[in-house]
Amino acid sequence: MIRLTIDYREVQARPGQTIMEAALAAGIEVPHLCHDPRLSPVGACRLCQVHVGGIDRAPVLACITQASEGMTVITESPELAARRKAILELLLSEHRVACTTCDADGGCVLQDLAYRYGADEWLYGAYQHGEPVALNYTSENRGIEYDAEKCVRCGRCVRFCDEVQMASAITFDGRGIAMKVNTAHGRPLHQSDCELCGGCIRVCPTGAMRERAAMGLGRAKDLAAVRTTCTYCGVGCQMDLQVNRRLNRIVRVTSAPGLPVNDGHLCVKGHFGFEFVNSPERLTDPLIREGDGFRTASWDEAIGLVGSRLRQIRDRGGPEALAFMSSCRCTNEENYLMQKLARAAASTNNVDQCATTCHAPTVAGLAAAFGSGAMTNSTREIRDCRVMFVIGCNATEAHPIVGLEMKRALRSGATLIVCDPRRTWLADHAHIFIQHRPGSDNMLINAMMSHIVGQGLYDRKFVAERCEDFDAFREGLGGYTVEKAARYCGVEPGLIRQAAELYARGAPSGIFYTLGITEHSCGTDNVKNLANLAMLCGQIGKPSSGINPLRGQNNVQGGCDMGAMPHRLPGYQDWKDPVSREKFQKAWGVKLPENSGGRVTHFIERAGNGEVKALYVMGEDPVMSEPNQTKVIAHLRKLDFLVCQEIFMSETARLAHVILPGACFAEKDGTFTCSERRVQRIRRAVAPPGRARPDWEILCSVSTAMGYPMNYPGPAEVFAELASLMPSYAGMNYARLEGDGLQWPCPTAEHPGTRFLHEGKFTRGKGLFHSIAFQPQKEEPDAEYPLILSTGRTLYHYNVGTMTRRMAVATQKQPRNFVEIHEDAAARYGIRDGQEVVVRSRRGRTTARAAVGRKVRPDTIWMPFHFVEESANALTIDAFDPVTATAEYKCCAARIEPSGPPEAASRQQPSR
Amino acid sequence: MPQAVAEKKLDLAPVARIVAARAPFTEGDAISALQDMQDAYGYLPRQALDELARLTGIPVAKLYGVATFYGQFFLQPHGKHTVRLCRGTACHVRSAPKILSAVSRHLGVGDGQTTEDMVFSLETVACLGTCFLSPVMLVDSQYFGQLTPDRAVKVLETIRGAGRPEGG
Ligand code: SF4
Ligand code: SF4
Ligand code: SF4
Ligand code: FES
Ligand code: FES
Repeated sequence: MIRLTIDYREVQARPGQTIMEAALAAGIEVPHLCHDPRLSPVGACRLCQVHVGGIDRAPVLACITQASEGMTVITESPELAARRKAILELLLSEHRVACTTCDADGGCVLQDLAYRYGADEWLYGAYQHGEPVALNYTSENRGIEYDAEKCVRCGRCVRFCDEVQMASAITFDGRGIAMKVNTAHGRPLHQSDCELCGGCIRVCPTGAMRERAAMGLGRAKDLAAVRTTCTYCGVGCQMDLQVNRRLNRIVRVTSAPGLPVNDGHLCVKGHFGFEFVNSPERLTDPLIREGDGFRTASWDEAIGLVGSRLRQIRDRGGPEALAFMSSCRCTNEENYLMQKLARAAASTNNVDQCATTCHAPTVAGLAAAFGSGAMTNSTREIRDCRVMFVIGCNATEAHPIVGLEMKRALRSGATLIVCDPRRTWLADHAHIFIQHRPGSDNMLINAMMSHIVGQGLYDRKFVAERCEDFDAFREGLGGYTVEKAARYCGVEPGLIRQAAELYARGAPSGIFYTLGITEHSCGTDNVKNLANLAMLCGQIGKPSSGINPLRGQNNVQGGCDMGAMPHRLPGYQDWKDPVSREKFQKAWGVKLPENSGGRVTHFIERAGNGEVKALYVMGEDPVMSEPNQTKVIAHLRKLDFLVCQEIFMSETARLAHVILPGACFAEKDGTFTCSERRVQRIRRAVAPPGRARPDWEILCSVSTAMGYPMNYPGPAEVFAELASLMPSYAGMNYARLEGDGLQWPCPTAEHPGTRFLHEGKFTRGKGLFHSIAFQPQKEEPDAEYPLILSTGRTLYHYNVGTMTRRMAVATQKQPRNFVEIHEDAAARYGIRDGQEVVVRSRRGRTTARAAVGRKVRPDTIWMPFHFVEESANALTIDAFDPVTATAEYKCCAARIEPSGPPEAASRQQPSR
Repeated sequence: MPQAVAEKKLDLAPVARIVAARAPFTEGDAISALQDMQDAYGYLPRQALDELARLTGIPVAKLYGVATFYGQFFLQPHGKHTVRLCRGTACHVRSAPKILSAVSRHLGVGDGQTTEDMVFSLETVACLGTCFLSPVMLVDSQYFGQLTPDRAVKVLETIRGAGRPEGG
């Protein structure tokens, strides 16, 4: 540590820190416009001048001068004030001072400093921009607006876009007084390399870069900030909803540097994805089916009807006649109540949630190998990885803030290995890119491991001391030579060897995967095999080293933790274990059900054959999210009673008998558990629309109406109950969750939470090796359907699009569905970029626009699944993982043909 | 992008050549590559900048930032020769407007425009700093002073014939 004095105070600094960083850390506010803690310093605005070594010495720039031992710094003096005033007056002369109508009023650094130093805005007269500045690269953009007349050319936005987001979409155009921010050629922002992350707005110290939709809805001082957790992906970013209480409306979303998961960064969905909250299409009243339509009903009538019908069906049909779909979109408290409703009120284990559609293989596979199924490291640890092994994971789009951490690791010299059938952003920046054919993951991983064992590169000590069943596993690797795998996967053998060696030697190495691994008929095997790889190399149970499934939905981790699945009680406690059963029976005062229960896919199957008579769906849309749509609709139509608890009229809700209007994340209190096992609060910012109610309240009413009363004053009390029953949450309560939240396991009230798992010992004791034989995909391409179709998500939309399709920013960037095809394949089928095409599989057809390029392999096409009217799930196969019933969304056979003239170019392919 | 459809196809081979000549291309090569591109096309066409970005992996916004920072680069089609006519006070009182109208009529373009054959771009400037020569015309880097409308036109005719300006 370096010691120096700033303004007569003794201050400590780390070696390499600047005076600015040391001062800010000590709470000394040195004036600055161009400095931002997340960006490299440039020394452009010159406002941070300070004296070093005496007030008579020529000032230096605090943001670019390193702190050194014994330094004495003075940050304020008459001379400094005069200099700052002069600089500010120059800036103001080039600035259209219009604080009266500016959204940034009260939150603008320029305004604050001008006030502080008494700078005169009229001293030099007002600068008139030579050319009209009203029209610029953001004029058409629906999210971001740039106002050159308010820009002080500090360059924060340009540096953020370049250094942090690494999109390099914007630049300074020109120089001197006419300099302005621009895209290349002034291209409209949504047609540039911009990822619409909104970071340029967040770092702007003035009102120059702003949210278009927020204009006029409130100045900084009219808004109240409500700290909450993002409702989209599973990264768990902390954000501040800026609420205009008078309008009961969220005006904009901000964040703050220093927050544990996201350090003040948000992605396009976090920043702009709240429009749905205020949508006129929100459900506002309970609805009861009447003929082909619905009529509005009172809560009493609707709840009464749901309670009596469910009771009837339970009493007549027994536990298998009812099924409950919980939701990863909802809070922990609500998931807990949902499974309690199923088990205690409806006496059935038929409760599940959407993790089956994505990460159930993670839970099953990692639990088998280690004893618990979750991300083993923390998001913040990614920056310290030396080797990142990323497989089937498009983090920069699906988990953008984890993507930012990976970019950060890359900038500090980490080696990146990417295995993906698609050339993603990460693939483009990887040191080793293995573009293996979809569905060949286990062939690849086995070959890597056989090479590692063959070369003696594995961690003998770790394997001997911490793992079991190694010998059988080692034998199983026998047939998987690198050459054989290279042939099957369609990649260079040298790449497989290099990847294996780099991963094994990395100090430390981390594995990252998502649905590219799990959404296969061999999903659980894939996960177990990644666990094998990590154990083999001893790359687990250390900081920045482990195996990290990135969770797709905000609370998929919590939904699983809460036992909203058939075979696990809350906290993954075994439903058959007598001790656990006794604990829950005592707490709930009922006898627990004994039926083995089914998964979402079974519910739908059994609705079709009449076994399941009533289905209760909360915050999910199986019609859109389950494979083979036509069949799903036919099956759901056969139900005697379908209840949907929803915020919008979803495709599934259209089939319901009763619809109960719920509240979205911004309208209720509760907790979400994100990928890195961190339990964080969400908080009510606005009132729900109409008569809609928080979902936890609705569940309590339904349970009470079914004859099992549930009464809680609020979510805090629900949380207290679940924490008392779940050892990994036992040390948590709402008071402790204030601030940064807590990462489970957190077994006692003193426990600080757990940053990474499996240190010294696995949850199950020893890590278990599994010998995994390669299984080909269920549907191989053939003459009729010659291509492999893979599906996935994009940066701009989320799941079935209920929320993001209402988001102007996203729909402008991606208005409709597209299908990526390799240029060679496109030429073969006579398809041009931007052309209308039809994609067919054995199960159905859909239309889209072709995006021709080099992103996918010539034998593969790829489609996002966010679009209702051009649904990729009309094509996907209903083949399932045998362990978890997760569907093979990632490969089926398909064909593609042109069907219309080309529209404009698709622009969905990267520029290189 | 609608513009892309409207834009006519540009021969991008020169860009590939310029990049290949600098392999392995780094960001430090950008300025000299842009110079060569300007020599090849006479200016920096949008498609050529996009192609340079695609081939080198350097984000196009960065290249654009460099191109707009330096006065030597033109982003609009620009004539082989730049004709700058002074409209400063000294020149103005010595009939600069007449020279402008003569030159403009001769070339068939106005201030800020380029002749169809891409030989001349016409610009007016505030003061060329050589008032003692007024009225003044600067062609590329050569000054022509004490002009009459006829002499100015003659100078341009000679340049077009010879392909390069002569001293005046
Ligand atoms: S929104 Fe993000 S990617 Fe787009 S220009 Fe701003 S910082 Fe760059
Ligand atoms: S837009 Fe904002 S951040 Fe960007 S240069 Fe201007 S003042 Fe700075
Ligand atoms: S990365 Fe995920 S959690 Fe963070 S802002 Fe984006 S969608 Fe929200
Ligand atoms: S903050 Fe140091 S020069 Fe701008
Ligand atoms: S006024 Fe023409 S050169 Fe000065």
